[in-house]
Amino acid sequence: MQTHKAKRVEITIEQVMQTRLTRTLRGAGVTGYTVLPVRAGSGRSGEWSRSGQISRAEGMVQVVCIIRPDRLDTLLEAAFAVVERHIGVVCVTDCEVLRAERF
Amino acid sequence: MTDILALAADNLISPIVLSFALGLAAALARSDLSVPEAAAKALSIYLLFAIGFKGGVSVADHGIDLKLGLSLLGGVALSALLPLLAFMLLRMMSPMDRLNAAAVAGHYGSISIVTFVAATSVLESSGIAAEGYMVAVAAAMEAPAILSALWLVSRGEKNARMDSGLWREILLNGSIVLLVGAFLIGFITGPEGLEEISSFIVAPFKGVLCLFLLDMGLVAGRGMQKGRGALGIGAVAFGLLMPLLGATAGLLTALLLGLSTGGAVLLMTLSASASYIAVPAAMRVALPEANPSIYLTLSLGVTFPFNLTLGIPIYLAAAQTVTGG
Repeated sequence: MQTHKAKRVEITIEQVMQTRLTRTLRGAGVTGYTVLPVRAGSGRSGEWSRSGQISRAEGMVQVVCIIRPDRLDTLLEAAFAVVERHIGVVCVTDCEVLRAERF
Repeated sequence: MTDILALAADNLISPIVLSFALGLAAALARSDLSVPEAAAKALSIYLLFAIGFKGGVSVADHGIDLKLGLSLLGGVALSALLPLLAFMLLRMMSPMDRLNAAAVAGHYGSISIVTFVAATSVLESSGIAAEGYMVAVAAAMEAPAILSALWLVSRGEKNARMDSGLWREILLNGSIVLLVGAFLIGFITGPEGLEEISSFIVAPFKGVLCLFLLDMGLVAGRGMQKGRGALGIGAVAFGLLMPLLGATAGLLTALLLGLSTGGAVLLMTLSASASYIAVPAAMRVALPEANPSIYLTLSLGVTFPFNLTLGIPIYLAAAQTVTGG
């Protein structure tokens, strides 16, 4: 079956920044994204777990989007402006999709 | 003094405080006991609705007067000014930098609605009435402290990110909308409305509060473990001293406003408590460089348990002594 090259961008970020990030992604031409809850993790800011959180302040989410490779730089520049000062990880991987016109 | 100790002892062996202690002990002993996230959310919705509704009914029953408006202004002033005192104290008592001290200070100007709910429960048990509109004062005290904290940071020329989206999130956060909304429903429907749903929002209230405080104990205990290295002795001392100073400011304001003994206790409790829901979320957006382990551990791990166990009885005894109530 015919497949098309695309980029998969995963941004793990604080929950309080989710709306700001997704708004920015739409502004950068992203046509769709998926938001996943993050259960727990560990990194430069120490260990973290969703259980026992009473405040939205410490929650984390992962925003995943798939885009055409020529749109990657625009997306990353826009996303970086939002996530620059915050805890999180931005990761880009190559992927292939079946219906290129959807991205 | 004997009265204060007796009151504190009674409070310490109340089901509410013992439920909190159970959660705290379980977390510190690393038990796997937990309250599911959705259940904890449902419990907090119930408590906010019940407390807001009962406040609205009380205002409907007693009528609106000038004191309501003045109390709101008093609450806003306390919320805006207490962070300045907290900031000064923190800088004197601990080696905390300006950014973190300002972020912590913002928490101590804002309020803990759970501490407020616990104080209303103690007042009810003691048969002491309070002004119903103190619920509205609680809602009004959530946000001004955030502005003060950001002003403290801007004086040090650090960048604070404030946008219209953040303002909307602060002013329309779920807790405030539910509290004010339930207050309005209670005000509109009055005692008849309360009669219709009293079996749901009056009788089970304390039991639900116990379960919620069990969860709060678990959260506080896990927060203490996580933030153990984040606080020095000076910061912990601040977390115990600041509620007493805040309560004193609350008592003076209550006297100026001519509030009842119960109203004075609630304003003292609001002034003494520190936020761990609305302000931390705002600080993560506006001041992401500030360390959440510091402000959450202080607010939830030091000041909240202090207020719940010793603070509320002290505020009640002080208010009774000063107002003669």
